[in-house]
Amino acid sequence: MEFLQQLVNGVSLGSIYALIALGYTMVYGIVKLINFAHGDVFMVGAFIGFYSITILDLGFFPSLLISMAVCAILGVLIERIAYKPLRNATRIAALITAIGVSLLIEYGVIYVRGAQPEAYPSDLIPATSLDFLGVKVSSQSLLILGTSVVLMILLQFIVHKTKIGKAMRAVSYDMDAARLMGINVNNTISATFAIGSALAGAAGVAFGMYYTKIEPLMGIIPGLKAFVAAVLGGIGIIPGAMVGGLLLGVIESLVSAAGFSLWRDGVAFVVLILILIFRPAGLFGKNVREKV
Amino acid sequence: MNILRTAKGFWSSIVLAIVFGVVMQFLITGEIINFFYVNTLYFIGINIILAASLHLIIGITGQFSIGHAGFLAVGAYASAIITMKLELPFALGLLAGGVAAAIAGLIIGIPTLRLKGDYLAIATLGFGEIVRIVFLNIEYVGGASGMTVTQLTTWPWLFGSILLTLIVIRNFTNSTHGRACISVRENEIAADAMGINTTYYKVVAFAIGAFFAGVAGALYAHNFFIIQPTNFGFLKSFDILIFVVLGGLGSMSGAVLAAILLTIVSTFLQSFPELRMIIYSLVLVLMMLYRPQGIMGTRELTSFFKFGKSAKGGVNS
Repeated sequence: MEFLQQLVNGVSLGSIYALIALGYTMVYGIVKLINFAHGDVFMVGAFIGFYSITILDLGFFPSLLISMAVCAILGVLIERIAYKPLRNATRIAALITAIGVSLLIEYGVIYVRGAQPEAYPSDLIPATSLDFLGVKVSSQSLLILGTSVVLMILLQFIVHKTKIGKAMRAVSYDMDAARLMGINVNNTISATFAIGSALAGAAGVAFGMYYTKIEPLMGIIPGLKAFVAAVLGGIGIIPGAMVGGLLLGVIESLVSAAGFSLWRDGVAFVVLILILIFRPAGLFGKNVREKV
Repeated sequence: MNILRTAKGFWSSIVLAIVFGVVMQFLITGEIINFFYVNTLYFIGINIILAASLHLIIGITGQFSIGHAGFLAVGAYASAIITMKLELPFALGLLAGGVAAAIAGLIIGIPTLRLKGDYLAIATLGFGEIVRIVFLNIEYVGGASGMTVTQLTTWPWLFGSILLTLIVIRNFTNSTHGRACISVRENEIAADAMGINTTYYKVVAFAIGAFFAGVAGALYAHNFFIIQPTNFGFLKSFDILIFVVLGGLGSMSGAVLAAILLTIVSTFLQSFPELRMIIYSLVLVLMMLYRPQGIMGTRELTSFFKFGKSAKGGVNS
């Protein structure tokens, strides 16, 4: 039973990772950039959710939507200001810019509101728990899981059934050919950033509900772990990010359950290094030979 | 003829540096400059070693490693164990710090250096975090509360280490091996096709860089009274990365200048930590947008004194 309980916890945590990982994987699939600032968009999302719940006195779903909208705008702004001028620059320059933007958001938030943590209101949804085969499933984990599943289905729908989704797939396959076919590459990239950041914002609110504590530097570790999840599933592959996120969450919970909770953060990076060494294309990826 | 001329410049610059070191020693022992400035000087020195060692990995060999704080941590803890737990002399601690970090560099380098670009960056970042978490969980070195260390770092040790680091890295860059490393940076596939053992040179550069980072770690540990795993998070790695990027990828004098400049700036901004990080990150972003090659590009300081000639050493791109 203990094992099943940890599995449930792991899936709740993993679905948060999966939501963040989706943004990483989409952006990497299109512009080949590790968007370090993504973890900080997640943090901003958590704070927007917090302020809309406490100051605007809204419920869970309206705050979730506000947070997603603000994060989408933030994501597009970051892309337009910092990444777009570097579209043809070296990869190192782009990566360093991403690190710079990440630090700027973190310390910008600290500068504006201070570094003190904030406690998420816990009475937002009734705290009941279901008993299922002797496993306690709290209403919060159900809500988080439900939200993530709905958002992921929505994302699949957008990517596979809509015009912008088709454009996104085309740009990620071959940017130049897509441009020749009359696709507005810049708008497509902005849309990708908007969708990815909105998902990160939702993950931020879910994280706040789950852990009840948020702070300006909280985006770093979940952001890195979500990146690990994206690499685990095969970066650039959307179902891979979901599976990678869930898998990472479950692995972490099992490691804590085995009594190594202090080593939990390290395990994610060990998984990362192992996957990069033995299967760099990820679980779902195919190996591609590099062209000269 | 040419060799003789560079050799002459080489020896005269060493003599100049030693004169500078001795003068500083007199100023410190005579208490002409006060404690605050001496402390800043030590900071600058440690950062110069770190910047030069990362410059060898990123600037010369082109391997984008962002886990340098991991090597710093390994060096700091290894030397602290030698001097504090085993009560051996500081010189041995300095050496042990370097050797331990070089071994860590080999362990992480041999498997991960097959990765390229972003993936290598992420793997090294992961390595840095793993090192931090390992030290956090080992009770022998104090866990999260850290380890107390007596202050043993003195100006002669520090200055000697800086001089040694700069000489070794400069001579390595100008040697056959250094040129092989530069060819790996410029185009790895082409270098491989020309018969250069790219993996070997990448690992060698990684190990040498790690060694000096470890020496810097030993000096760092013995300059403060306590070392904690939180000192070696990846913010520290970014600090070191910023020196190299700001100075210009591929320019050792650029990295050294940036280390001096930024250490002074951050010392004076110490009382506004958030503002300091905001300025740091803004500098980083604006630099990448408007001058991605850094202050010096791939040129060295000496190239300014040789009019009409290209610099020896780094390759002009």
